[in-house]
Amino acid sequence: MPKTKMLEALDRLSSRKAVKYGVYLTAVILFFALILLPPILGIIIKWNTMQQVLNQPALMSRALSAVENSFTIALFVSALDVATGVPMAWLITRGKSKWLNVLDTVSDIPFIVPTAALGYSLLLFWSEPGGVSSLFGNSLVSQGWLLVVLLHFTFSYPVVVRVIVGALLDYKKEYENASRTLGAPPFTASRTVTFPIIKPSLIAAFILAFSRSISETGATFIVAGAFENGPVFIQNMKKDYVGSTYEGSIVFASFILIAVALAIFLTIRALGPKLKLPVRKIWPTFERKLSYSKAASSRDSITLLIFFAIVLIPSLFVALPALQAIFTDTLPKSLSGAGVWGEYWQSLLLSYFLGAVVTILNVIIGLPMAIIVARRKLGVLPSAVLDVLVNVPLVVPSIALGVSLAIFWKANFAFMPEMVVLIFAHLAITYPYFVRSMSAAVERISPDLEEAARTLGAKPLGVFRTIVLPLTKYSILSGAIMVFTRSVSETGATVAVVTSLRTAPVVIVEWVMKKVAATPLEIGLGCGFLIVFSFIILLALRLIVKGKGRY
Amino acid sequence: MPDVRVVNVSKKFGKIVALDNVSLHIHEKEYFSLLGPSGCGKTTLLRLIAGLIQPDKGEIYIGERFVNNVPPEDRDIGFVFQTFALFPHMNVWDNVIYGPRVKGFDMKKAGIIGHEVLEMVKLHERSDAFPNELSGGMMQRTAVARALAAGAKLLLLDEPLGQLDAKVRKELRYDIRRMVKDLELTAIHVTHDQAEAMSISDRIAVIKKGKVQQVGTPEELYMNPQSVFVANFIGESNFLEGYVSIMTGKETSIELRGGTKVHATNGDLKRGERVVLAIRPETFTIEKGARRGENAISGSVERVVFEGTNIRYEVRLENQDSILIAKPSLMGEWFNIGEKVTVSFQREKAHVFPYPETGLKEEIAVE
Ligand SMILES: Nc1ncnc2c1ncn2[C@@H]1O[C@H](COP(=O)(O)OP(=O)(O)OP(=O)(O)O)[C@@H](O)[C@H]1O
Ligand SMILES: [Mg+2]
Repeated sequence: MPKTKMLEALDRLSSRKAVKYGVYLTAVILFFALILLPPILGIIIKWNTMQQVLNQPALMSRALSAVENSFTIALFVSALDVATGVPMAWLITRGKSKWLNVLDTVSDIPFIVPTAALGYSLLLFWSEPGGVSSLFGNSLVSQGWLLVVLLHFTFSYPVVVRVIVGALLDYKKEYENASRTLGAPPFTASRTVTFPIIKPSLIAAFILAFSRSISETGATFIVAGAFENGPVFIQNMKKDYVGSTYEGSIVFASFILIAVALAIFLTIRALGPKLKLPVRKIWPTFERKLSYSKAASSRDSITLLIFFAIVLIPSLFVALPALQAIFTDTLPKSLSGAGVWGEYWQSLLLSYFLGAVVTILNVIIGLPMAIIVARRKLGVLPSAVLDVLVNVPLVVPSIALGVSLAIFWKANFAFMPEMVVLIFAHLAITYPYFVRSMSAAVERISPDLEEAARTLGAKPLGVFRTIVLPLTKYSILSGAIMVFTRSVSETGATVAVVTSLRTAPVVIVEWVMKKVAATPLEIGLGCGFLIVFSFIILLALRLIVKGKGRY
Repeated sequence: MPDVRVVNVSKKFGKIVALDNVSLHIHEKEYFSLLGPSGCGKTTLLRLIAGLIQPDKGEIYIGERFVNNVPPEDRDIGFVFQTFALFPHMNVWDNVIYGPRVKGFDMKKAGIIGHEVLEMVKLHERSDAFPNELSGGMMQRTAVARALAAGAKLLLLDEPLGQLDAKVRKELRYDIRRMVKDLELTAIHVTHDQAEAMSISDRIAVIKKGKVQQVGTPEELYMNPQSVFVANFIGESNFLEGYVSIMTGKETSIELRGGTKVHATNGDLKRGERVVLAIRPETFTIEKGARRGENAISGSVERVVFEGTNIRYEVRLENQDSILIAKPSLMGEWFNIGEKVTVSFQREKAHVFPYPETGLKEEIAVE
């Protein structure tokens, strides 16, 4: 069989040092060339344009206050997420009801709704006449900072809950039992033992919520109204200015966004482990009251209320117009591709095509990187440095990344089709998600297994094929799901890059912002299609994952 | 003062019956062991007493107090976990004074207690160390110190020595007993190691598949096992099958497989009943050649294992049953493989049990 022959030949080849390091070095070079350096170089190329902003104090202060808003909201929302996500995760992992499984699954829903659709859904729910506002006569929460806060809370909440649920499932409950037998009531036990022990996960959850909040563009643009944060400011520059002032202002805002985000990220990384929860202070009577009082018993109800009223129902509210649209002539019109729908279907195809291409590219260039990071293949220090660098695109606001990445490619490689630049932008944004989840998966495989395979005569590639790959299949698929979801949802980097192409979320944003004349029913249906198709694809991928079994 | 009463307690996990109608009375200041094979429900019983899980049925009393609905922190207990469960984010000192602190003692009083218990377990020099910097033995001592510091009079220990290597195990078990006795505590100690239970307990409850088989002092369990299972699990026994051929007054004659007749003392049997005779390896006498006599059976040596203190012989009897005999290796003569021998035992050393309904193998199986 020629196929096995070829594999054998490849296996043999892989035991040559030069070939092995060749593969690793290629992965590293591609990381620098496609992901890390273009955004940095992009800003440097246009460094001088920032002068435009420095000469206009009004514009500069507008840019600075927008950036400040970004970080204030991100910090506030992330803290709120952790504060409300903890009781929810607790309820899911520790509660006794049979419904908790359902709750666990349902709590993921806002995560799979692409954020542009989520933003529109929230707008309908909180501000438009058909939502809760109808109960109060006028718009309950109109477009502005409060709606932005609600939006960011809603889409980062599931991520935070997921991370903390994972941490609580891994946590050995025996520590808490020990604390109880030593005389600590439940509240004291979790405050002095459980949460200090899972603190790294709380910090990780905070960082995830934070990075999602500073990156989100499309939905924020929909609900922001006159309010500006960093990404909205960059968006607005497009219509307020042309030429070099436009360029200067977006480079300026992007630069500050990137710099501050990195600074905050590094601070959290450095100070997080040092942050001590006050485990030595104890207020026995007060904490005992707290453990057994009404406050404790109403905690679950409040948690559920927050989840349903602020997260779940607003996220799905767009289903109303979508369903309504099905029973009108909107549905046949949409299917015929008439009017606005021609572009819609094209954009939907583009979104999924982009998601698929980016997922495949991630697997090809991200997998070797994950192995380098997990197994310290290039020496301890270089691998550790790579480990940190890989995370950079994760914490950088995606619109800022898109802006400078687009400058880099368009300035130096003008012949490159916009499509390719768009792929690179999505690749840069999703890469950290894939590498992180894969390197965690590879770390979980005991090196003994690989060594055992080596002693049995397997060559490096053979070890990868027969040990690493089968054992991480599940993680590759779940990493792929994450990349795909993230790419389909992404608006910030997309709008920063494209001039003529449109992805589905961008189209939704344009419809809502009335750049294109679409009726409310059409917008609802557009969101509906996007959600339903994304959901079906995810479901299919998850079924494949389930079929492969967990290791 | 804490004695512990467990009354008709049952506990299921889904379909698994972990405890089936268990009743026990653990006296004040007693060192009591729960002994049984893996999965028999020992930990479940201990956690029920601690309040970490709730019984499906039955009552638990600590002292005079009915504690079924009392949360663990109010039961006034010390608990040593099998995996120690030392708080990884606290050093030895903070682990140890955690109990006094959450109970609201002031720092000074907590400090005094901390010094006392660390003195007791000889860990003073390591009070700054974190759990991951300690050896297994040190972790174990820290866990005991932490449980003692809470000041409870009832100490619950779940395989407290299970994670240690053989040598350290033996040393530490006497240390724990000594401390319990010095402090006049009541201790309930879970173990699956019968030698450990025998050497440190005042009384032992032998548990099998969620049921208490027998409760007694180590001597009682050894001398007077009341079931085939206990005869096998406490110490060792040879089992010979047969049926009661004669029952007159005190005299019981049993015909073994193959026709050999032996005498035993136990009553309460019926003529013709199928029985099992349990005889400990160390109670046999063994001598050269074939001899007739009461409870003497001839056979030949099939295997010899030198174990140091003891030498063990596997002897194939006339009726093809095989038995184990243990003799102190420094006393008496040794025998060789193939040698013809006669083994004999005193009638009062043989315990007669009705043949188990489920079969002998199943009855003595530990899994
Ligand atoms: N939380 C639980 N959920 C389900 N089954 C359980 C749980 N705890 C114990 N069991 C089951 O109950 C039975 C008794 O368990 P238990 O832990 O009390 O045994 P044990 O005597 O302590 O055994 P070991 O010596 O292995 O520690 C076992 O079959 C066990 O699988
Ligand atoms: Mg156990």
